[in-house]
Amino acid sequence: MPALCRDCCTEAADDAARCPHCRSPRMLRHPELGALSVAHLDCDAFYASVEKRDDPSLADKPVIVGGGRRGVVATCCYVARTYGIRSAMPMFKALALCPDATVIRPDMEKYARVGREIRGMMEALTPLVEPVSIDEAYLDLTGTERAHGASPAVVLARFAREVESRVGVSVSVGLSCNRFLAKIASDLDKPRGFAVIGRTEAATFLGDKPVGIIPGVGPVAREKLAKDGIRTIGDIARLDIKDLARRYGEDGLRLARLARGEDTRPVSPDRETKSISSETTFEADISDPERLTAELLALSEKVARRLRRAELCGASVTLKLKTADFRTRTRARSGLPPTGLAARIHAAARELLAKEADGITRFRLIGVGVSDLRPGTEADRGDLLDTEVARTAEVEKALDRLRGKFGNAAVLRGTVFDALASKNRKG
Amino acid sequence: MKVTVERAALLKSLGHVHRVVERRNTIPILSNALLRAEGGTLRLKATDLDLEVTETLGADVDQAGATTVPAHTLYDIVRKLPDGAQVSLETTGETGTMTIRSGRSRFTLQTLPDTDFPDLAAGEMAHVFAVPAAELRRLIEKAQFAISTEETRYYLNGIYLHTIDVNGATKLRAVATDGHRLARVETDAPAGAVGMPGVIVPRKAVSEILKLVESAGEEVGIELSASKVRLTLGPVVLTSKLIDGTFPDYQRVIPTGNDKQLVVDRAEFAAAVDRVSTISSERGRAVKLALGDRRLVLSVTNPDSGSATEEIEVDYDASPIEIGFNARYLLDIAAQLDNDTAVFRLADPGSPTLIQDSESAGALYVLMPMRV
Repeated sequence: MPALCRDCCTEAADDAARCPHCRSPRMLRHPELGALSVAHLDCDAFYASVEKRDDPSLADKPVIVGGGRRGVVATCCYVARTYGIRSAMPMFKALALCPDATVIRPDMEKYARVGREIRGMMEALTPLVEPVSIDEAYLDLTGTERAHGASPAVVLARFAREVESRVGVSVSVGLSCNRFLAKIASDLDKPRGFAVIGRTEAATFLGDKPVGIIPGVGPVAREKLAKDGIRTIGDIARLDIKDLARRYGEDGLRLARLARGEDTRPVSPDRETKSISSETTFEADISDPERLTAELLALSEKVARRLRRAELCGASVTLKLKTADFRTRTRARSGLPPTGLAARIHAAARELLAKEADGITRFRLIGVGVSDLRPGTEADRGDLLDTEVARTAEVEKALDRLRGKFGNAAVLRGTVFDALASKNRKG
Repeated sequence: MKVTVERAALLKSLGHVHRVVERRNTIPILSNALLRAEGGTLRLKATDLDLEVTETLGADVDQAGATTVPAHTLYDIVRKLPDGAQVSLETTGETGTMTIRSGRSRFTLQTLPDTDFPDLAAGEMAHVFAVPAAELRRLIEKAQFAISTEETRYYLNGIYLHTIDVNGATKLRAVATDGHRLARVETDAPAGAVGMPGVIVPRKAVSEILKLVESAGEEVGIELSASKVRLTLGPVVLTSKLIDGTFPDYQRVIPTGNDKQLVVDRAEFAAAVDRVSTISSERGRAVKLALGDRRLVLSVTNPDSGSATEEIEVDYDASPIEIGFNARYLLDIAAQLDNDTAVFRLADPGSPTLIQDSESAGALYVLMPMRV
């Protein structure tokens, strides 16, 4: 069976427990090792790993990266995970589980910088890199053997080693024949993992896994499937594809294919952005509509800047709220004149907010997103009556230039400034 | 209450009244119509709190009184009763129900007390005048299509009705716009209208008025206060809240210096636009107008499905120009024009175009171009 040493990255063909070259026990064996070329790469506890890298005294301590006392765990290190802390867990719960944990406010700019460095290294391996998030991407290494003088498995093992030594964080690799299986593989051996799912074993491997591991099958879909007696991926695979199509339509067909380990979606570097959004969790719950509106303006500005940077605009605005008792409300307005302006996004979101913020209900989170995206050239054309829009666009462009030159805090809108000031007063 | 009415008369009146009632209501009584029998008449009333329609019809009143019953249910019952039938409506005091009898049919409906029925208290109406029904209909019909549905600019969700001095004569004008197109229709102002405030009549009221004006007779009585309008259309009285906002200065939007004049056969133009737009996708329904010496080439290019062109002979001798419009909007306007020939006045591909009938100056349309 083909084997590969993950430390010295040499290929071997024997079944020895340790690498014949460097005596490392980290041997990877798989019958299809040389034949698979689609990978999913995921950094381990990314934010926390970056923080530990920058402060080695934290190395063996539980570290949580997340928003203050309130808010949620963005990432926690593997030490913290032994206490039962998970990402997206409310901070107070996490701290109840592990009061000694070091909590670090996320420094998104730093993580983005590190993420870009890693992405640069990925792009040196293949042009087919599809980023999923700041620390996660799909890579298609098909046809790169000659260029690298090595199989994708070797290239990926070298990559993982290099990221560790050069960047100082660890990655987990999932290698298979398509995106779906690669994604599942990368989760199998975390952290610092390298897992392989072969073409021939896919169906058997998936058979006893719960349907919930399929991307897009959340709690609601899971329940619906369970009602129909479908709990494992094997249950789906056993059903007739026509039956599935009849019962679940388009989704049914997709499930049927994935359950058989088939996934034809290509890894494509320029996948379309569907929406751009931003949200924030408050230090303390807010019910005052005026303060919520101010928070919304700051978020609208963020979204508008990102839209403009991507040369996009959108015709649909979504408001997201989470009440103090963790109920999420989303409200959307579509069919708006396509916009990339904070003022417009804010105006639409504010109207939606007015119907929700009654001054009594307390909210812990607010977010705004723009979807129904189109090219930036369609943005804010104004119409017969709308002569303000050109001026507003100029104002926001000027703000962009100022912030580009002097940083994000160089200039603030009065409402946002007030909101910040009152936040600081309350400490 | 006990009253007997002729089925056809009741059906006609209910037909007018029940449309006001929303299908879904959070306030139960808003699903109901108010029935009041007194002095040889039956009065029906329905409201959605913004709009109220009342109609009075002749009836045999055995016992005066009032009640409210679900409007759509009552309408459906009366609709299904045989033609020429007599319908008797009787409330049974204690149990809170109303019995409907006709021939061998018998229905019992739950009622809600008439005293709970909301009244759109109109207050004093400062301006009272009458408009010929045909003129009112023309004003509304020709402007209605341009009313905006966008909630952000709520003050565009209706027709702006106002008077204005044009060369010494006072005109009554109806203006509607959604920012992409604008319709301005006018007629000679009736005597009592002079000095009336400019008001924005909301869309729902506009479409009800248009339906009711058919059976209104010669004249429609209009009464105005600062916040409400009341129209008397034959046996029907419609009261509506006005949109509380300021209609934008639309005069600013109407181009005056457009010097390129295009004259087209209206029917031929509309048919050609309709044909080429078959190709366009739902979203970008742009049709390109290329104007040269005495000819107009209409074209649509849709990267997903193909392309279409059609050439028509026109009256045009200004410098060549290419300009794009939303095909739907062009058709909407073409449908409102009365004459056989339509006149376009254009400036450049980025500026609004003016569209009018070749003869009558009573209606005028402005259309924003699209980039093509």
